[in-house]
Amino acid sequence: MTGLILLPLAWASLAFVLGPGRGKWLAIGGLSAQAWLAFDLAAKVGAGGTALLHPVGGWGAPLGIDLAADGLSAVMLLLVQCIALPLAIHAGAYFKRGDAAGAYFWPLAGFLIAGLNALFLSADLFNLYVTLELVGLAAVGLVAAGGGAQQVAAALRYLFATLVGSGLYLLGVALIHGAYGTVSIAILTPLVTSDAPRLVWIAGGLMLAGLMVKTALFPFHTWLPSAHGNAPAPVSALLSALVVKASFYLILRLWLGPLAPLTSAIAWLPALLGALAILWGSWQAIRAERLKRLIAYSTVAQLGYLFLIFPLLPGTDALEAGIMQAFAHGLAKAAMFVAAGVIIEATGRESVMDLSGAAGHLPLTLFAFGLAGMTLMGLPPSAGFLAKWLLIEAALDRGHWGLVAVVLAGGLLAAVYVFRVLRQAFLLAPADAVVKSVPRRLEWVAFLLAAASVLLGLRGVDLVRLLGAGA
Amino acid sequence: MTSGLLFASTGALLFALGLAGVILIAHLLRRILAFNVMGSGAFLILVGLAQDNDIPDPVPQAMVLTGIVVAVAATALALALTRRLHALTGEVELPRDEA
Amino acid sequence: MRRLLVGSGAAVFAVLLIGALLEPLPGGIDLRIAVASHMAASGVEHPVTAVLLNFRGYDTLLEIAVLLLAVIVILAGGLDPAVDRPRAANPILQSLARLATPPMIVVAVYLLWAGAFRPGGAFQAGAVLAAAAVLLHLTGLLPSWQRPALSLRWGMTAGFLIFLAVATGLLAQGALLRYPPAQAGLLILLVEAGLTVSLGLILAGLFLFLSRDPGDEE
Repeated sequence: MTGLILLPLAWASLAFVLGPGRGKWLAIGGLSAQAWLAFDLAAKVGAGGTALLHPVGGWGAPLGIDLAADGLSAVMLLLVQCIALPLAIHAGAYFKRGDAAGAYFWPLAGFLIAGLNALFLSADLFNLYVTLELVGLAAVGLVAAGGGAQQVAAALRYLFATLVGSGLYLLGVALIHGAYGTVSIAILTPLVTSDAPRLVWIAGGLMLAGLMVKTALFPFHTWLPSAHGNAPAPVSALLSALVVKASFYLILRLWLGPLAPLTSAIAWLPALLGALAILWGSWQAIRAERLKRLIAYSTVAQLGYLFLIFPLLPGTDALEAGIMQAFAHGLAKAAMFVAAGVIIEATGRESVMDLSGAAGHLPLTLFAFGLAGMTLMGLPPSAGFLAKWLLIEAALDRGHWGLVAVVLAGGLLAAVYVFRVLRQAFLLAPADAVVKSVPRRLEWVAFLLAAASVLLGLRGVDLVRLLGAGA
Repeated sequence: MTSGLLFASTGALLFALGLAGVILIAHLLRRILAFNVMGSGAFLILVGLAQDNDIPDPVPQAMVLTGIVVAVAATALALALTRRLHALTGEVELPRDEA
Repeated sequence: MRRLLVGSGAAVFAVLLIGALLEPLPGGIDLRIAVASHMAASGVEHPVTAVLLNFRGYDTLLEIAVLLLAVIVILAGGLDPAVDRPRAANPILQSLARLATPPMIVVAVYLLWAGAFRPGGAFQAGAVLAAAAVLLHLTGLLPSWQRPALSLRWGMTAGFLIFLAVATGLLAQGALLRYPPAQAGLLILLVEAGLTVSLGLILAGLFLFLSRDPGDEE
């Protein structure tokens, strides 16, 4: 399991040594090996049914740092490698030689992926802080890379949001360490009880609040549309599909682990914010002028679903619904941003109103966009359908009709903004429209990701079974 | 009140001050300074709380050293981006986000 | 209105937090005993260095990655194309800086070596090296860095790569970064020596890549 952390660190730093614009094959080779390692790890965790433990330095917690891989970690690691590899292939064709935005893409993406993998494997609250910063700063760098004023401003806005988030998290870790003298999740979990001192309650609140800022949960979402909407397409895809899921994973990990005795009283708060995120994000997506901003607001909405599961926890069905949604949205959103990148590259226009005629010139890309939209709306047999189905079933089991209503309304609103794009794209092009040709590889990656987001709905059971391992 | 608790309480004040600063201050340089005040507050709490009977505990001290290095990296990055924004727009404040 | 809201919110938060801090806490785990009892196997004699490089060495590995990342982000953000204007050279400052540089290098080496048994170590040593470079730059003896040449990229990355290679190599011992007690001291010194040079270059880079006089912009 250490290979998943060491490999990307190695290829990221070697790519930097190789120089600006280099390192593509290093990255694709490394990511292929990582994908194999992630499948191997998932198979081992699934077969053993228990969590794998790796005490770094051989010390073991509380003196040393432990790495741990259970079903949840294994699933998230699969998600990262399965989306990063096609995106790397896409980015290799997207950034041209001498492109300022792509000059340092490979080292930055490598450190980002190393940080994500390290985060999903760490079982130590302070070590998790370091991985959060690695992910956050790499993501900010990717947004800023080679950009103009708008991009730099978006990166700065993102930087302050992510620093406030990790600052709150760090203060929480400091208080936990003060109260219990350890930051190991495994040791803390039995120590924290519902009659914990007030300091621990404050610590828990701070950590969760900081992570919610990083996950862009409504009303902390304000940094997301500009960061995800202004970055180059492969970067937006990485950020929307993977980076926001990392802090969500950590919320889930804390919620089900050490903070479990404290959270039952406030379980409805994240769900309420999630519901507001779905409504507000969808509404803004319906109104957005630029295509990429529309997709970014759709991310705000789709992240809301992830938080609807909290009143239903602890229950494997709710966890399954959440992870399925993370997978469905990850694949679909990566596909959408890639497709949007192709359309903007080909037409040279960013506005939704200027999409007319795109369907005629880029049928494969539009098909990919439509498939990804199907997942976001939750139409069968897509993974999005499976996620929403699991969520509705879990909510009905406990008689929470409000959640069901929000899920259904969110699906309808998603249909409005997806069809707004498709309708415009199928209109006839104005006579003076110029469409550049784009490498076919760019289009195929979008299609592949979108198709995966639909087909996963048929094989979701395997994924969901893995979640039970070691939990 | 032991000296450790005094450090921790000061840290709490600094953190609150810095956090308010990061949220309220528009000038980017001052906002970066506020972020550093906030970080120092968290570090003070981390070492202060762990220090009873005035015997230092090496583990939180090492954590703070790690945290300081990360804060240095974040500060350098923020300053570089601020300079870049200044070079491109001549402003040291963030422009309004598009609607 | 916003100032009032955020300000009073922060004040309330501080009061609540300090109130909670003053409550008596149940005794937690005391790692001082564990650290002390494993010092002999750590390869160094200073407890903070033992935690940083051995017990929690994995944190430090990722922390170096964060610093290297910061330099890469700065380079990726794009450097201002402004020309480097020669600073008004002050002969007194220049000769002082020339005088100060060799002792600063000696201090850096001392800090690196001292880290094994008293406060010091790679980061402090690297910071002194970087300070020497900044001093030379400010007195006009060292121009700002226009672009990262291959040798510079190697220099900035080497420390991290050595650390990564040691961490990976020790997997043969059964776990990442599991130093065998007999060789721990030597391996930690190797890692720290590499880090000193690279950290010096990285920290200097954080300054020298950005420090340029943007012509006569007013």
